[in-house]
Amino acid sequence: MKRTSVVIALALFGLTGSAFANEANYGRNMASACSSCHGTNGKSVGGMEALAGYPKDKLVKALKDFREGAKPATVMHQLAKGYTDAQVEAIATFYAAQK
Amino acid sequence: MTINRREFLKVSAAGAAAAGVVGLSGCTGAKGSGNVVVIGGGYGGATVAKYVRMWSDGGINVTLIERNTNFVSCPMSNLVLAGEKKLEDITVSYEGLKKHGVRVIQGDVTAVDADKRSVKLANGDTITYDRLVVSPGIDFMWESVPGLTPELANTKILHGWKAGPQTVALKKQLEDMKDGGVFAIAIPKAPYRCPPGPYERACLVAHYLKAKKPKSKVLILDANDDVQSKKGLFMAAWKDLYAGIIEYRPKHEISSLDANSMTLKFEFADAVKADVLNVVPGQKAGDIAKQAGLVTVNNRWCGVDWRTTQSTVHPTIHVIGDATQPAPGMPKSGHMTTQHAKIAAAAIVSLMSGEQPADPMTIANTCYSYVDGKQAVHVASVHTYDAKEKTFKTVAGSGGVSAARNEIEGKYAWAWAKNVWADALL
Repeated sequence: MKRTSVVIALALFGLTGSAFANEANYGRNMASACSSCHGTNGKSVGGMEALAGYPKDKLVKALKDFREGAKPATVMHQLAKGYTDAQVEAIATFYAAQK
Repeated sequence: MTINRREFLKVSAAGAAAAGVVGLSGCTGAKGSGNVVVIGGGYGGATVAKYVRMWSDGGINVTLIERNTNFVSCPMSNLVLAGEKKLEDITVSYEGLKKHGVRVIQGDVTAVDADKRSVKLANGDTITYDRLVVSPGIDFMWESVPGLTPELANTKILHGWKAGPQTVALKKQLEDMKDGGVFAIAIPKAPYRCPPGPYERACLVAHYLKAKKPKSKVLILDANDDVQSKKGLFMAAWKDLYAGIIEYRPKHEISSLDANSMTLKFEFADAVKADVLNVVPGQKAGDIAKQAGLVTVNNRWCGVDWRTTQSTVHPTIHVIGDATQPAPGMPKSGHMTTQHAKIAAAAIVSLMSGEQPADPMTIANTCYSYVDGKQAVHVASVHTYDAKEKTFKTVAGSGGVSAARNEIEGKYAWAWAKNVWADALL
């Protein structure tokens, strides 16, 4: 029975309506990939844009502009092309919530 | 059937128990409990130690075992070789990790017992774990260079492929070399740690020689058929900045080394005699990975499930960094290793807290190389999980290299270093 319960619990997780399983941690994990350059939780120690507390809409627009070549960059235009709109949204939501 | 919160907690507990977790957190704010041991305090080990503490809100105990007293970065170490930076500039202490509650032990792990879930240290101590992270970096395949021994590699024929005393000693050999001397760097067959590293080193050694000993030469003796990374950018630098100093020779796989006469022999090319022989031997996962039974690919690398970095042999052991058999397109780089570490940290906290795992994250690599004291070039890539193929793949249309060498990226390269060190260790 235990195994059945686990399966049912997992099935229910899939019906919560979010785009990603465990949405909060998904955004946190996705953003952590950026932290290697932009600082833990977006708190840059200098020389890179600090993303902590960055307004969500502004970050979403910046990443889309990088992707479309509307914003000049050395690296970010190449990296931004690797993310979907939904992923950009998840990352921007996380950083906007950081103090 | 509906499931209430109470039943859900029961189910989570059952799931966690099935996953081999020792205990569960209460509702104290801390997430998860139990003991994580990390072997190796490089880019991967330091990052995973910090992030497990941070993401479990201090609920999970983390012990990091590292043989060196401080973290010394391989990326940027070629700047030290060229006299542009000092070893202190690329050294970070482990005090920052202690502030995150990581127990840092200086020592050498001599054995892993996966059944008993324990590691043994050279001093005889045994430490038990619920989950183990193995981040040992690389060790050398001495047999790849007949005539080379570990002893020679520590005295006369240096590799400079692990930053620290090797970097300092190689710098001294370069400084002691006469004007008009030959500095030869021998590159092993790929895969090896840091694909662009040898070519960056050639640039920075030449940068030093151009200013200090302009009659000297740098010979790049590459076992591979061609330049392994940032080819156009390096070739342009060699032509524009170091004409008459750097000479690139592909298809130079070493057949033997004679340290007395300072000569390298090759199967299909003329022998080379040099004043400094910087021989980078072939590489494999750090020795402890083999002892722990984690090596699964070509007797060299550790296979993992990239969603969690769990070893394909022992699911309670995670392997990250240069020791792994990478997913297609993943380079063996310090930056990539920090990304592995974050996948591992997220998985470990989920598995040890009964928390629902998030979907696999997307990871990225950005790797800078200096071509002189001020200008740098980069290669970047984005990697996302492909559920069908059960591995990470590079995202089509993403990534790329610099349009040309430039000073702005020289500044970004150093800012990258300061930020990635802080993210891993502070």
